[in-house]
Amino acid sequence: MTDTTDQKASAPVMEFQTYRAARNQWWDVWDQFKTHKGALFGLGFFIFMLLFVFVGPLIWTMDPQFIDIRARNAGSSLAHPLGTDQLGRDTLARMMAGGQTSIAVGLTAMLLALFLGTLIGVLAGYFRKIDGLLMRTTDLFLALPLLPLLLVIIMLYRDNLRAAFGPEGGIFVLIVVVIGATSWMQTARVVRGDVLAIKEREFVLAARSIGTPPHRMITRHLLPNVMSPIMVSATLGIANAIITESALSFLGLGFPSDFPTWGRLLFDATDWLTQNPERVIWPGLAISLTVLSVNYIGDGLRDALDPRIRGR
Amino acid sequence: MFDIRGAKKLVEVKNLKMHFPIRSGLLRRVTGAVKAVDDVSFDIYEGETLGLVGESGCGKSTCGRAVLRLYEPTSGSIKLDGEEIAHAPFDKLRRLRPKMQMVFQDPQASLNPRMTVAGIIGEPLMEHSKMSAKERTERIYELMDAVGLNRDFANRYPHEFSGGQRQRIGIARALALNPKFIVCDEPIAALDVSIQAQVVNLLEDLQDRLGLTYLFISHDLSMVRHIADRVVVMYLGKVAEIGPRDGLYEDPLHPYTKALLSAVPEPDPVSHDNANRTILQGDVPSPANPPKGCNFSTRCPVAMDICRRLDPEVAEVKPGRFVACHLYSETTSQTAANAAQTVGA
Repeated sequence: MTDTTDQKASAPVMEFQTYRAARNQWWDVWDQFKTHKGALFGLGFFIFMLLFVFVGPLIWTMDPQFIDIRARNAGSSLAHPLGTDQLGRDTLARMMAGGQTSIAVGLTAMLLALFLGTLIGVLAGYFRKIDGLLMRTTDLFLALPLLPLLLVIIMLYRDNLRAAFGPEGGIFVLIVVVIGATSWMQTARVVRGDVLAIKEREFVLAARSIGTPPHRMITRHLLPNVMSPIMVSATLGIANAIITESALSFLGLGFPSDFPTWGRLLFDATDWLTQNPERVIWPGLAISLTVLSVNYIGDGLRDALDPRIRGR
Repeated sequence: MFDIRGAKKLVEVKNLKMHFPIRSGLLRRVTGAVKAVDDVSFDIYEGETLGLVGESGCGKSTCGRAVLRLYEPTSGSIKLDGEEIAHAPFDKLRRLRPKMQMVFQDPQASLNPRMTVAGIIGEPLMEHSKMSAKERTERIYELMDAVGLNRDFANRYPHEFSGGQRQRIGIARALALNPKFIVCDEPIAALDVSIQAQVVNLLEDLQDRLGLTYLFISHDLSMVRHIADRVVVMYLGKVAEIGPRDGLYEDPLHPYTKALLSAVPEPDPVSHDNANRTILQGDVPSPANPPKGCNFSTRCPVAMDICRRLDPEVAEVKPGRFVACHLYSETTSQTAANAAQTVGA
């Protein structure tokens, strides 16, 4: 049998070496993220979109609610680069204002759905005792007919919330909560499945043999390992939330009719499709490209956060 | 060679039972139990290596895990340094965890793929000590030196290492809190032969330097012969034989031990072909439905009538050598009668 003297011999030599200081792991993540062209492009576009909707109004100072009835249904001109709608409101200004709401709704609703889904998925997967209860609740939510439910919730709570947070704020809270509370189930199921699998891996057993309490077991060992499905759910969730918000606005249950969102712009424009087809194209393009860019960001982030893929 | 005379018992396992319930039917009622570990007792002395051998599925790993209370044992008592751990509450158990650690079989699966080596080795330190980040890094480097890993590897991830290196990371993690007792659950089974030797030598070296006590679980009889001081042979969840290594390997008492040892491959081809092997017939019975009487009676080449009726007790037949077999208890009819009484009662 060979002896392992090699490491004993090399140990004194090692004392004289200088060791590389620990590098922040987020630099590795960024390095890997940079190699994903789609993700980089998506990130660039998403930043551009954020600048467009949040910084844009500071430059293009036209009021999106200002009605110039004489310039209605105009094509693009210097005064209105993207034209005007049937009441003569500037489409560019409305795109910016609408984007603020749509992106805010998308991000907040996604975060809420993700939080709920991950929480319920992890708890159901990790604690056997509450698994049945939580997953049956999930099934219950999946079985609910969503649109009628949304209509009822909005009917019931719209006025209370409006009184509490103001007309726009109230609807924003309502829509975010409603979308978040009805779209966490897929995430919960996927996360539970992954947690069930990871829970049986030996490194979890190793952590238990160290005496790691359950909450740190979840944050240190389980959550980082279910990052991939969570990331995918997150990116799809943003898209889903923006589209659901559009659908609600479309049904006339979202924000007030004069308050622009991308979904509302799209809805208003469909009536004028034959006269002004570009009015449909702009919000449609904004929704699709934002969703696409977020999906690419999620894809790149998922790869970058996985150390097994990193560095290849 | 380790001498058990005068040594102190570090771990005492008494009547340990680990049964996994079988649920069936619409209501998932418990309809039976897989008796993975059934009434196992043994002691581990301070500073020794106790080998635990047996074929696949005989309950070796379950036994090792139950001893560290990674499973909730069905009944029995486990004492570490005089403190009961089989039924200790979480907080008390957490205080005792630093004394006992485990090295796992599959070095790939036992390391979190999302943590760096420093994170993995540092986890026990984070959990059980109040070290500052700098002290912790110092200790992690110290441990990496001890198991022969380059300090530059601290920020790498487990998938970047070979099997042997990964097992060293696992050993470094087990050593982090200066444990007294380490359960090695087939630490070399997933490694190739040359790396096995390195890891086993590392384990022996660490035992000499740090005074560790091992429970070394393996199905590799030659490796157990190399590393263990005493050996426990398990069959179908029960102890067949316990004895000092040399005695047990030279003169196995239990028919199962004989069969097991005769199955060890011989390096010399001539003696390999001419070896007078005891070949067991049939399969291992299901641990959910073990045979009546002696567990081994269905395959035992020398089974007697009594073996199918009475389960033999583990008895000391020679100094330091314990066997659960009627072949030896029968000579002293007293024991057999006692056994009959206890079973009848």
